[in-house]
Amino acid sequence: MLQEIVTEMERRIMANNVKIKVENLDLYYGDNHALKNVSMDIYENKITAFIGPSGCGKSTFLKTLNRMNDLVENVTITGKVSLDSEDIYAQKVDVTQLREHVGMVFQQPNPFPMSIYDNIAYGPRVHGIRDKHKLDQIVEESLRGAAIFDEVKDRLKKSALGLSGGQQQRICIARALAVRPSVLLMDEPTSALDPISTSKIEDLMEELKKQYTIVVVTHNMQQALRVSDYTAFFLVGECVEYGDTKTLFSYPQDKRTEDYITGRFG
Amino acid sequence: MTKKKCRVSELFLYGAIYLCAAVSIVLLAYIIIYVLQKGLKSITPTFLTTVSSARKGTVGIAGNIVNTILIILVTMLFATPIGIGAAIYLNEYAKPGKLVSAIEFATETLSGIPSIIFGLFGMMFFGETLGLGYSILTGSLTLILMVLPLITRNTQEALKTVPDGYRNGAIGLGAGKWYMIRTILIPSAMPGIITGVILAIGRIVGESAALLFTAGSAKLLPKSFLGIFDKIFQSGGTLTIQLYLSATSEGDFDSAFGIAVVLLVIVFAINLITKKLTRRFDVTRNSN
Amino acid sequence: MKKVKESIAKYIFLIAGIVAIISVLAITLYMFLKGAPALFQVGAPQLLFGTVWKPTAAEPHYGIFYIILSSVVGTLCSVLIGVPIGLLTAVFLTDLTNSSPLGRTVSKILSSAVELLAAIPSVIYGLIGLMVLNPLMYKLEKHFFTGSETHQFTGGANMLSAIIVLAIMILPTVINISASSIRAVSQSLRSASLALGATKLQTIFRVVIPAARSGIMTGVVLGIGRALGEAMAINMVAGGAVNLPLPFNSVRFLTTQLVSEMSYASGLHRQVLFTVGLVLYIFILSINLILTRLRKKGEKAND
Repeated sequence: MLQEIVTEMERRIMANNVKIKVENLDLYYGDNHALKNVSMDIYENKITAFIGPSGCGKSTFLKTLNRMNDLVENVTITGKVSLDSEDIYAQKVDVTQLREHVGMVFQQPNPFPMSIYDNIAYGPRVHGIRDKHKLDQIVEESLRGAAIFDEVKDRLKKSALGLSGGQQQRICIARALAVRPSVLLMDEPTSALDPISTSKIEDLMEELKKQYTIVVVTHNMQQALRVSDYTAFFLVGECVEYGDTKTLFSYPQDKRTEDYITGRFG
Repeated sequence: MTKKKCRVSELFLYGAIYLCAAVSIVLLAYIIIYVLQKGLKSITPTFLTTVSSARKGTVGIAGNIVNTILIILVTMLFATPIGIGAAIYLNEYAKPGKLVSAIEFATETLSGIPSIIFGLFGMMFFGETLGLGYSILTGSLTLILMVLPLITRNTQEALKTVPDGYRNGAIGLGAGKWYMIRTILIPSAMPGIITGVILAIGRIVGESAALLFTAGSAKLLPKSFLGIFDKIFQSGGTLTIQLYLSATSEGDFDSAFGIAVVLLVIVFAINLITKKLTRRFDVTRNSN
Repeated sequence: MKKVKESIAKYIFLIAGIVAIISVLAITLYMFLKGAPALFQVGAPQLLFGTVWKPTAAEPHYGIFYIILSSVVGTLCSVLIGVPIGLLTAVFLTDLTNSSPLGRTVSKILSSAVELLAAIPSVIYGLIGLMVLNPLMYKLEKHFFTGSETHQFTGGANMLSAIIVLAIMILPTVINISASSIRAVSQSLRSASLALGATKLQTIFRVVIPAARSGIMTGVVLGIGRALGEAMAINMVAGGAVNLPLPFNSVRFLTTQLVSEMSYASGLHRQVLFTVGLVLYIFILSINLILTRLRKKGEKAND
């Protein structure tokens, strides 16, 4: 039994199954052409990093994957994004259910001003889980999943705002895990954190990719190199280059990518 | 993922929210239409420019209009400098400490005291202890306490938006603090100060409970121009007081609605002016 | 010379600042000095908990218990009606109208309407209550009590009318303060909630409103203060008899008791009215104290 699970995991990690498929995606804020004809396959149980100078559409692109851009006024999106072969921009799609499948962690840790427990239980409660026992279980699992259970297990009823920045960010990761997503989007998750907290989160990402498909925006190339399997380089709304991280950093195909990773601009 | 959940409870909640949001608009529209419909016919030149006369059988509110203006003038004559002065002390002179928090606490408390209490105190202290009786002066002195927080707070807000660079610049040039306040701070904070003053005037126009036992209800006009100064020491009912009396003891609803029209026009005009001012104020603030 | 001028200026500003303190102290002193004697002359228990109010009878009774009770009940009921309406209106103003130009226009119009409602003098609310609400209540009263032997008909000038007028009058306070504290809630909390798959309404009611609760509470307490202190409007619609605060009873509040009897009361009757004022003042002071606490708490939460 255990053996089977392990092999199944290995199989999933080894195989390159496409989890999210993006085809010819264009995005406009009013007249501003913010994403230009982006196509990309994002693989299951891998970490995909988006790098590039700030303001070049990395975060915008990330947010098209869970339709958080829908909240922005005057936004027009064309092209196709499919999750497990289902078009997530189709008319019949319920955004709230999409976001159950695609969790998100933000740049600034943003725990709700409530207890640690209520923070984690928020998602499951919103999706209709009321059973106390079940919630307890989900909270513990999620906190363990985000490698913070031992640090907070004695203060679950205390406010999450009392934690350090790094701990808060892991609470936010746990909160995202609690709705049992299959994809986790992370928007510069460590840019507000100190180096020690950063390395904790990076270790955690390594751990999480066994179960989740992770997409991370980072402005830190070293981080992309350390944690990711695939990397996409964005420049002024364009996905300039996308491929295996090691290859992309060692043998960039595009001159602009090379300039960026050798630090010539950005 | 593809099945849209139909959330009946959410629809119900949306309905409730829209309904509640409609309440304010419907109420306002109703009040305006109702008052205009009932009161517009009372608004005649006689009504606005004469004093009620039993002999001629006419009704007029000129006396009340004059009383209202007098009360505004006398109140603001004192309240404006005191309010601005207090704000300047709090923002420019005082160091954070017990005195500042005491002044701020007192200002908060004053703004929370209902007008009927001010009326009671005004009657007891200004009217009886100081012997001013029912008079416009008693009413005004009472109202000073009531509008003081309004002016202080608006001035404080305005002073806060004056950049520190202005202060340091003036002081650095060797100007004294008082000189700096007079020439730099007060002019820069003017829109905020004026907003406070106009808001206070609006409050006075609408006030009734604080005036009933202080300024009294007389409706006669002063006999001459100099009579205005005598009038200050005599009883005088404002428009709101006259509305109250017309609607209750006198049972003259036509006049009551006529006065209501006048009051609505005044308070809405004041609202419009303060809005314009605040907007201009915001512009200057943003450009800094 | 310049130095003298400077220090004179400083002291003048100081005096202006102290006016507020002196005023509050003077008001407090007077309220207690004038309000306390009757407590001893009539006896505090008889005065505060007596239920018979016959100040001008040959053998006068000065029980103000029903008056206190009416103020408390009237205020609470008006808050119970006004706060939900106000809070939902605030939600509409802030979170439901901010995503489209049309919505923002509607929101602006509504905000202006609320401001104007706040600017309308209370005597006008009283006048309209008297002319519109009272006849309506009278119809209801006839519907419920026709044939009743015990009910004292009020012509619609009753507790219910007063509660409705008060609920309307506290609306602007509740709406404005709730709306500004809801606006102050960080956008990132809303995003976090939506990203977890919560709907807009779930986000508002489970994250935004709880996060804004100390501000909303401030609005509620201010509303309570406003309702408790309102005098003229409800004096015009609530009738004029001291009664148990039942919906269709004509009632007197702490404030309306002062408005209607102060002009002719004398002697001990007048003293007792001062005590009524004192009771009201103590209520208001307690509310101010709660407000200060709430504000401090709010400041701490923001740090």
